[in-house]
Amino acid sequence: MSRIWRVGLLSATMLAAAPAHAFIAYVSNEKSNTVSVIDTESWTVVKTIKVGQRPRGIDFTRDGKFVMVAVGDDDTIQVIDAKTQAIVDSLPSGPDPELFAQDAAGKVLYVANENDNTVTVIDLEKRVRLGDIQVGVEPEGMTISPDGKTLINTSETTNMAHFIDTATRQIVANVLVDARPRFAEFKHDSSELWISSEIGGTVSIIDPRKHEVIGKVTFEIPGLRKEAIQPVGIGMTKDDKTAFVALGPANRIAVVDTATRKVTKYLLVGQRVWHLAFTPDEKYLLTTNGVSNDVSVIDVAAQKVIKTIQVGELPWGIAIAP
Amino acid sequence: MIRWLVGLLALSLAATQTLAADSTDIGIGYLGRAGVKQTLSLVEQPADNDGIAGARLAIDDNNTTGKFLNQRFKLEERRLKDGEDAAKAATELAERNSFIVADLPADALLKAADALRDRGTLLLNAGAIDERLREADCRANVIHTAPTRAMLADALGQYLVWKQWKRWLLVVGSHDEDKLFADALRRTATRFGAKIVQERTFEDAGGARRTDSGVTLIQRQMPVFTQQAPAYDVLVAADESEVFANYLPYRTWDPRPVAGSAGLVPRSWDAAQDQWGAVQMQNRFIKLNQRRMTALDMQAWTAVRIIGEATSRTNSGDTKKVTDFIRGPDFSVAAFKGTRLTLRDWNLQLRQPILLVDGRMVVSVSPQEGFLHQVSELDTLGYDRPESKCKLK
Repeated sequence: MSRIWRVGLLSATMLAAAPAHAFIAYVSNEKSNTVSVIDTESWTVVKTIKVGQRPRGIDFTRDGKFVMVAVGDDDTIQVIDAKTQAIVDSLPSGPDPELFAQDAAGKVLYVANENDNTVTVIDLEKRVRLGDIQVGVEPEGMTISPDGKTLINTSETTNMAHFIDTATRQIVANVLVDARPRFAEFKHDSSELWISSEIGGTVSIIDPRKHEVIGKVTFEIPGLRKEAIQPVGIGMTKDDKTAFVALGPANRIAVVDTATRKVTKYLLVGQRVWHLAFTPDEKYLLTTNGVSNDVSVIDVAAQKVIKTIQVGELPWGIAIAP
Repeated sequence: MIRWLVGLLALSLAATQTLAADSTDIGIGYLGRAGVKQTLSLVEQPADNDGIAGARLAIDDNNTTGKFLNQRFKLEERRLKDGEDAAKAATELAERNSFIVADLPADALLKAADALRDRGTLLLNAGAIDERLREADCRANVIHTAPTRAMLADALGQYLVWKQWKRWLLVVGSHDEDKLFADALRRTATRFGAKIVQERTFEDAGGARRTDSGVTLIQRQMPVFTQQAPAYDVLVAADESEVFANYLPYRTWDPRPVAGSAGLVPRSWDAAQDQWGAVQMQNRFIKLNQRRMTALDMQAWTAVRIIGEATSRTNSGDTKKVTDFIRGPDFSVAAFKGTRLTLRDWNLQLRQPILLVDGRMVVSVSPQEGFLHQVSELDTLGYDRPESKCKLK
């Protein structure tokens, strides 16, 4: 056995056995008006931060220094310093902000304001409002294409995905999907856009170049009535091979093979699961379970739920430090 | 020849372009009943635009969606005067509108439906809860967004049974619609295993609903009226005419809760409903109408949204195409009730969860857990397919 080979083997073993990197997850609790901070090494809540009223959409700034949380009933987005875990500022969103998306550089933030059919554009560096884009009734889902050129917004009562040119801030296309579209997620290779329809009970797959629905993911769980299957959050693995879809009051995460667009497995989590986030190493997927007031931890490779963490009341959104 | 062909081609191109630029106009009529209902409670007195206000909001919502599809929605409002013929008014509305949302009493609705039968106009019943409109008197050109009395009674009954309040003292008003609601409540009791321990009739002796010093009198009358009842868990009142039910809470001889037409009331919608994204809807409604949203507003909103949903799905304003889609198997509409709403294909009744409200809060939403059904749990509310007497024609 050559020495080099042995060293190679050793380092490979070390790599595999190395403990998972600890990450920090922030969970917005819609009813408690708090954000729970979870340490992913101990899987415990290490801090609970009081925020404004009705916190929902939550995300880190690209540099990881701040956490933005939309507090809908206060008509603003609060900024939490990730180091001190204190609220340091607020952003000028429109009324009732819910979900938001930022560009790759972390300079521009696009906010869906549920109450007045607009998307607000905010300069993240200067923290000022740049303008508004008129969209359909009850804007909700927000995402930006990997090339940064297209912003997607879904409107819940109009039942459309609006394609917005980020340069001109004009709508360039509208695609009808099933009822109450909640969440939008691109494949990392930009080839597909996935939109969940909560009331329609499906995920529409859109060709982002042709602006056409090219497929649909449907869900069927034996013993569960169809109406209980209400897809919301979607998480796509970096290799784009597997999608995880939160099914709301069905209390399950569907594991979807993106090649066949079929569900390969249903993972039982807490009650009314809405949103989810991967740890940056993609080892774990964390889901927010509104009615059971907890977060489920899924081992992504094993496709198993390994842990449940109690958080505040009605956990809604989740973001994990980059 | 070639020149002729080129000309033709240019002409057809021009025609296509004009078509693309032209928007599709979709006219929706609203036909409201004469008069305003009188209620015992001053805060429940309906506004003049009750119902219409919901239709107006849905027109706005449809137009927000419509601007992306080049569809424009217009509402033509018409309210009957006392004694005016509903069929004539409906026919006039139908000259300009392919869809008519109606808030009419049962007989007037049937007259309007029959007058419009050969025109292909679709009527959407947002106001009448009568069973017979979905049963023996059902019509193929009428869909119903208003729930039925049986759906309302079943929604309440499921909750009372779940609560183990199974012994009911039923108090019925002396008007026809009170008796119809009592019929529905009796059917509910039989279906879900509740027992009506006694029935009493509250005669409407006439008189004003608003009087100075009225409370003193009511406080004397109601305990006396409810005394010497057999043991019961809940007083269920059937008083659609608003004569006595709201006088009962806190005044019964025995300390018992009141439900039905007062106390815990089954409704399609309530201003306190805040679940499933409803706050956005409530806020939009208040912004537009400067008042809170009622059940009738919601039933009219849903009717207009059904049309908007179907025109956007079919990308068409063609009445037949839109109507066929609404009546087809793929139709559903979202209406802030936590589940998609669909039509019962045998009588065109909209399936819907029913809220149980106390005037301040939504206490519960039926169907209750555990009431199971092989097709849809929403079909545990009201008459189901096998019992239906409806033959759509």
